[in-house]
Amino acid sequence: MSKHHISVTINGDPTEFLCETEQTLLDVLRDELGLTGSKEGCGSGDCGACSVRLDGRLVCACLVLGAEINGSKVETIEGVAAGHALHPLQQTFLTEAALQCGICTPGIIVAAKALLEQNLDPSEEEIRYWLAGNLCRCTGYDKIVRAVQSAAAVMRSA
Amino acid sequence: MLTFKNPTTVDEAVTLLQQKDTRQRVLAGGTDLLVQLRSGRLQAQGIVDLKRIPELRAIRAERGGFRIGAAVTGAELGEHPTLSKMWPGVVEGARLIGSTQIQGRASLGGNLGNASPAADSVPGLIAAGATCTIAGPNGRREVPVETVVLSPGKTCLAAGEFIVDFYLPAQAAQGGDAYLRFIPRTEMDIAVVGAGVNLVLDGAGVCTQARVALGAVAPRPLLVEAAGRALVGSKLEASALAALAAAASAACVPINDKRGTIEFRTQVAGVLAKRAATIAFERARSRA
Repeated sequence: MSKHHISVTINGDPTEFLCETEQTLLDVLRDELGLTGSKEGCGSGDCGACSVRLDGRLVCACLVLGAEINGSKVETIEGVAAGHALHPLQQTFLTEAALQCGICTPGIIVAAKALLEQNLDPSEEEIRYWLAGNLCRCTGYDKIVRAVQSAAAVMRSA
Repeated sequence: MLTFKNPTTVDEAVTLLQQKDTRQRVLAGGTDLLVQLRSGRLQAQGIVDLKRIPELRAIRAERGGFRIGAAVTGAELGEHPTLSKMWPGVVEGARLIGSTQIQGRASLGGNLGNASPAADSVPGLIAAGATCTIAGPNGRREVPVETVVLSPGKTCLAAGEFIVDFYLPAQAAQGGDAYLRFIPRTEMDIAVVGAGVNLVLDGAGVCTQARVALGAVAPRPLLVEAAGRALVGSKLEASALAALAAAASAACVPINDKRGTIEFRTQVAGVLAKRAATIAFERARSRA
């Protein structure tokens, strides 16, 4: 059987790819399209390092098949900055040192961006619950939560 | 080679699942299926994605209640404008499944069809008296949710059958439901015990009907009729709640594992049933 021919929009760009049924959206992004910002931590939907938006919805790319998404809109970490202008989340993660090894960071920024698009003034508790599916094994969550709060403040005053 | 099909009608899906010489698996949110395929726990020669079938994706008002497509996600249930007003316990059970990312994918039909005794959406559905429609080569049948799961990983679905939708009846004018679970942390864990309660009050605030369902305390989710009977005729006084807790605990035949001993799960089932009943009672009273 031939591969599946899939047409999608990724970060605003119409994109086509071929994939096997076994290939997840994460496999497609990283191995077929060269978008390696999304990471594979667990491959089972526990760690959130592969978080992307699929038709606006925050999902784990490791739990979506490439073959499923014909006609969909995908947003990844590569589409978060506007050219060379970093998103406020990216800027505050840098200035407030909310990352060390950085493996979890793309997923956390994609997830936090989805939160801030629906709630520009989340409480600490709301941030922690929203990001409960994004595991970090080195920085610890306090700096991450504070960086999200700072980015929200920047975005509110923009 | 793993095949992939995405039918757009139930009939087309039924036909695709008829290929007797191959093992076809239905896909909705994929949050259990893809993990199980990857780990080798499940085998498949083909995947039939049900998400392009419109009736599996819709929440529709019907006869005062709701018909909910099997592929509807937890996030979609939570965003529906009126569903959680009528059935807050059903929605809070579904919303407890996994993270934000999982909520965007994991479906009500998948949570039942995966047949985990600890599935968080199932006790609330059972307590609410929900039924589900199953489609297969012999047509469609509608069964109570409590009859679907037989044991861990096993359901009453025959080969080639799949869950199409759920029907949640109209809530009584003075009815209320609630779901609570115990986990060792505050988020992202599998229920050690889950308890769903739905009850109806009369004009004097006396309970006239009650259904109590428990998860994670037996090989399958349980409808505990004796626990429901313990509330009928009461205003949930301490004696009625004690009888409810005793009946809930008596129904438990749990496993013993690092997340909860038999004794712990048995006791907590009674405690959670009481607390869920109290919340359901307040919700019912607030509708008066």
